[in-house]
Amino acid sequence: MPNKKKIIATTSLAGCFGCHMSFLDIDERILDLIELVEFNKSPINDIKKFTKHCDIGIIEGGCCNDENVHVLKEFRKNCDILISLGECAIMGGLPALRNGIPLSECLEEAYLNGPTVKDANPRKIIPNDPDIPKILNKVYPCHEIVKIDYFLPGCPPRADLIWNALYALVVGNEMLIPYEVLKYD
Amino acid sequence: MGNTINAIIKKYNGDETRLMDILLDVQTELGFINDWTVEQISKSLDIPQVEILQTLSFYHFFHREPRGKYTIYLNDSVVSNFYGKEEIKKVFEEELGIKTGQVTPDGLIGLFETACIGMSDQEPAALINEHPFPSLTPDKVKNIVKLMKEKKSIEDIKGNKYGEGNNSHYLMRSLVNNNIREKGAVIFSDYTPGEAVKKIVKELSSTDVIEELKKSYLRGRGGAGFPTGLKWEIARKAKGDIKYIFCNADEGEPGTFKDRVILTELPKLVFEGMIIAGYAVGAKYGILYLRNEYRYMKNYLEHVLQEMREEGLLGSFINGKKGFDFDIRIQCGAGAYVCGEESALIESAEGKRGEPRDRPPFPVESGYLNKPTVVNNVETFCTAVKIILNGAEWYNKMGTKESKGTKVLSISGDCERPGIYELEWGFSVNDILKKAGAKTQDVLAVQVGGPSGNCISEKEFNRILAYEDLSTGGSLIIISKKRDLIKDVVLNFQHFFKEESCGSCVPCRTLTVIYEKIIKKIVDGKGTKSDIDNLLSWAAFMKNNRCGLGQTAANPTISTIKNFRQLYEEKVKGNIELFNPDFDENSAIKDYMEVVNKK
Amino acid sequence: MSIFVKFTIDGQICLAEEGKQLIEAAKENNIYIPTLCNFSGIPPKGSCRICTVLINGKPATACTTKVSENMDIKTSTEELENFRKAVIELLFIEGNHFCPSCEKSGNCELQALAYRYKIMAPQFPYLFPKRSIEAWHPKLIKDHNRCILCKRCIRGIKNEQGKSIFAYGKRGENLEINIDKETSKNISDELAQKCMDICPVGAILVKEKGFTVPIGKRKYDYNPIGSDIEKK
Repeated sequence: MPNKKKIIATTSLAGCFGCHMSFLDIDERILDLIELVEFNKSPINDIKKFTKHCDIGIIEGGCCNDENVHVLKEFRKNCDILISLGECAIMGGLPALRNGIPLSECLEEAYLNGPTVKDANPRKIIPNDPDIPKILNKVYPCHEIVKIDYFLPGCPPRADLIWNALYALVVGNEMLIPYEVLKYD
Repeated sequence: MGNTINAIIKKYNGDETRLMDILLDVQTELGFINDWTVEQISKSLDIPQVEILQTLSFYHFFHREPRGKYTIYLNDSVVSNFYGKEEIKKVFEEELGIKTGQVTPDGLIGLFETACIGMSDQEPAALINEHPFPSLTPDKVKNIVKLMKEKKSIEDIKGNKYGEGNNSHYLMRSLVNNNIREKGAVIFSDYTPGEAVKKIVKELSSTDVIEELKKSYLRGRGGAGFPTGLKWEIARKAKGDIKYIFCNADEGEPGTFKDRVILTELPKLVFEGMIIAGYAVGAKYGILYLRNEYRYMKNYLEHVLQEMREEGLLGSFINGKKGFDFDIRIQCGAGAYVCGEESALIESAEGKRGEPRDRPPFPVESGYLNKPTVVNNVETFCTAVKIILNGAEWYNKMGTKESKGTKVLSISGDCERPGIYELEWGFSVNDILKKAGAKTQDVLAVQVGGPSGNCISEKEFNRILAYEDLSTGGSLIIISKKRDLIKDVVLNFQHFFKEESCGSCVPCRTLTVIYEKIIKKIVDGKGTKSDIDNLLSWAAFMKNNRCGLGQTAANPTISTIKNFRQLYEEKVKGNIELFNPDFDENSAIKDYMEVVNKK
Repeated sequence: MSIFVKFTIDGQICLAEEGKQLIEAAKENNIYIPTLCNFSGIPPKGSCRICTVLINGKPATACTTKVSENMDIKTSTEELENFRKAVIELLFIEGNHFCPSCEKSGNCELQALAYRYKIMAPQFPYLFPKRSIEAWHPKLIKDHNRCILCKRCIRGIKNEQGKSIFAYGKRGENLEINIDKETSKNISDELAQKCMDICPVGAILVKEKGFTVPIGKRKYDYNPIGSDIEKK
């Protein structure tokens, strides 16, 4: 057992929070986890800003807008180890289905021409307020923006996979990957 | 149009293995091959449209939409770029008012790029309606465009300053120069057509011919260096009454142009070599596979073949000998470097995609139309004739221990005297630099054997050209210190391999894309040290591709990282691994900003 | 009468009919050599390269090699396993493989191989190519995003008249597999199903069919690809 608790931060970028849900699916082992680690910035405890340097940063979701990029870079600066959690962080996931389509077409379909838009947008505006995040030309896997140290695939990654990975990382053991816990869907 | 297509198909007896010729002829007649045309060919040959399309779409000189009454293919080779291709391209684009890859709105002129067209000794060069226009200058380009706009014939546009030797033959009228700088004792020595055939008919049995070649230690001149006598012997012993002799004139390795010159000046020597191979192997049919870039020679070469038929060197009863029958046809390619690989070349000649075959069986056992087939390089056939005439002993006096005779070299790049040099094996790179008029102190690197070969630095200029040291199919590109090696050479070569991969093997199809992408990243100053390490380690995966193209497709990168690592390190200096320097937020939001700022 | 030959795979002595495809011969000896493009009963092509083994020290694809007496075969060297892993990763990054939304997920051979090799993320950059989905055919969908260009459909499928339905188009990074409008026009439901089944991934689908087997009961949910061969 390490002397000092490892500090963990988590975030969800262009994701659906499903990976975080799966994280919580470790069930009663969460009690073991809090013995081993301390959480910093994370939606789990609602700490909004880094208050100290962390050992492990867990990233859910890829980067679809500039805010995602800023958060990801902040994580890279504040964490020693970064983990891409789930398909979206690893390869863009379902949001990246748009990567083959020009952004202008996506926005026009979503806000101007789509069958569900109808009269909902009478002024034909594509949201452009300077305060809202700016959308990137494609959805980027996290490791195309910063260095990512480990990857945990799945949509969502199985709770056992997350637990095994964190436990191995915190304790310093080799990670167990039973066949049935490594899945891409 | 339907009649035209049917007439062409009839000319080839409705034989689907002649699909390449059918498509080439149809495109020559109709200008392009659209869906309707594909449907007609499919109906006439009774094969599915997708099977026509799989051949058609493989070759980059076939096109399914009009590419202009005049179609310009500007050479995008490394040497062409050294000699100002970008400026030429700019002038073409300005004069025509279009970008490369487009056709003028009136449909008159199309401007495209292509890989090395075998004119590295007279760059920048272009093909216009299959006619080479070498040594282009901005003024020449302006004049060419002016004449095209006046709808002048291609002959008028060429003018009448034809190249030397047979380039000015009335069936070629080509502007190309031979640039033969040094003649050696084998290929470019005195030659009287037909003497070797006369000699074998009189004195030598087929096994004698093979024995003589084996004694000469002649090895294939295409690059792989397989012993020619042995190849012929295996084919001779192979089961089957029908056998074929192929001459590989699909000279596509960038920087190589020796076959162009040999075919121009010594076509009978090449054909006589094929006849002798036919005699030795017991084959009655020969095929010269001519790359599309050299199609301008086709009429002239057909004429030479006709002459040889009239001289009794081709046809039945050659030199009056009963049972000695042999004839040759010319098969043109349509733009695919991989067809230089012998089994891909055979596939192509059968009217298919130029995809290399799995081996075994080797072509000598089962090749063209599944019959035993010998495929040799242009230079190999020429050498064989001279060995038959002068004997193996004469031949063995030249060269080194393991490399006998001479080698025809294509020298190009940063030197005063680019061109053809026939030298005995055993010359050092330094000797060659001197001959070509390149000062060693100005030379950064020499690319030996084209992109699939080796890029060597000063440290190795004392190495000698020989199968046992620096083995080469015959090209040397001299690269001076004023060049940016990674940008001007490596990036171009990796792009070339990406374009020319047939795509069948996964590592080649995908890694050629990745190598180009990462080299581009490094050239743009956005690479990291791990990119260099990755490029080196991923190269191991290339070894398991099926053919030589795939196996060597990372060589431009690997040989330069090994020999010029500091050049790579300078380009990645200061870049931090933690934040990918290739990601630029401003350019990533550019599309969005354009959309929201539109109104 | 068939002649049996003796050969070794990773030192294990094996027996098989002379001239048999090495990959099949290995299977008979309970040794799994991973492959994607090979499919029992159709001519091999050696295009995915995953079944590359060392034969007397030289690399060759096991699907295109015929066994002969005294062959010395190595299949599980570290170098070969790294190569196979790389090929699988390359197939993932060159296309657009969104496993969570794919009808073949759980039954897909590419995915199954990635599971077998415990691939967490590819070492190569994603290419996100622009590819299309063809839905004009009355019975089939061709999703080019998922196609791994293994040629199984090209080699293994003919229509009732013996004509090809699928063929390659273009080359290199633009390589694609196309469906013939004429020869595929009147295919039976059975043949359409055969097209889908021969495809190792979800690139050929029968329309209005998908997600028929629940998660947990799919082919590779609990059983690694090749384990049936190794277990025997």
